[in-house]
Amino acid sequence: MKAKIIITPKKAVLDPQGKTVQSALAHIGYTGIRDVRVGKYLEIELDGANPDAARKQIDEACHRILSNPVIEDYRFELE
Amino acid sequence: MNVAVLQFPGSNCDQDVVHVVRHVLGHSARLLWHKEASLGAADAVVVPGGFSYGDYLRTGAIARFSPVMQAVQAFAAQGGLVLGICNGFQILCEAGLLPGALIRNRSLQFRCEHIFLRTVTAESPFTNRIPPDKLLRLPIAHGEGCYFAEEATLARLNANNQVLWRYVDADGQPAENANPNGSLDAIAGICNEARNVAGLMPHPERASEPILGCADGRLVFESMIHALQARPAAAAA
Repeated sequence: MKAKIIITPKKAVLDPQGKTVQSALAHIGYTGIRDVRVGKYLEIELDGANPDAARKQIDEACHRILSNPVIEDYRFELE
Repeated sequence: MNVAVLQFPGSNCDQDVVHVVRHVLGHSARLLWHKEASLGAADAVVVPGGFSYGDYLRTGAIARFSPVMQAVQAFAAQGGLVLGICNGFQILCEAGLLPGALIRNRSLQFRCEHIFLRTVTAESPFTNRIPPDKLLRLPIAHGEGCYFAEEATLARLNANNQVLWRYVDADGQPAENANPNGSLDAIAGICNEARNVAGLMPHPERASEPILGCADGRLVFESMIHALQARPAAAAA
């Protein structure tokens, strides 16, 4: 099984990287872009075939180490 | 004072801390590899600066799970003094020993320069020897030193007098261009509620000898020594 995890900065957190990317997009001519947030993407390959157990494990790993709940949100899907 | 200075793969300010404690202040210090399970006879712990684990995933995110950190957690829970400097501050926040988090500098630049700190309170084991009107001139060297915490946490920090240092200009005034990283409330360093764990982004160990240009940093270590000397002897375990 593969977990695809997306980690993003919380709304309340200033994201200067996102702002910089937004400026860069505008600079090279893309209009109508309201906001950009930059996050992280992880792929984790897992043994086993039990999606419930895997989901629980990944959720705990996300909360415990893969993301920092003070500054980040996460979501993931399993396939 | 008998300091255990932690060493993680990627730490690079550990030797400077040992040098200051031993050769400048005449106290005991030893390096403690991150895999050690015990702090030994240490009565203070310093988590030094550097790039533990290459800052992979997030700064301090992996170091916080090193074996030695369990001993540090227990030590802190019993009131032991713990000081985190730069990457050490990041590690202590990730470990939950201090509230909030350090994120990328607002300018996105790695800032390597001297800054000024105003000491907000002398009521802590890390600031008790710092004269109230003295500005500390210290070097910083970091790319992720922007202190962030949610509003409720910031309110609590202020209400409990947990902010130890703020960035100010050479005249001691708060100013946007005096804040090198965009930290909320210009926070440069804080302590926990119990006041035995502290963290700061600037490097006092790089400014403890006049030959390096400034010796204001030694006041932080002298405060720790003073706090330990003032403790009842029975506290030694």
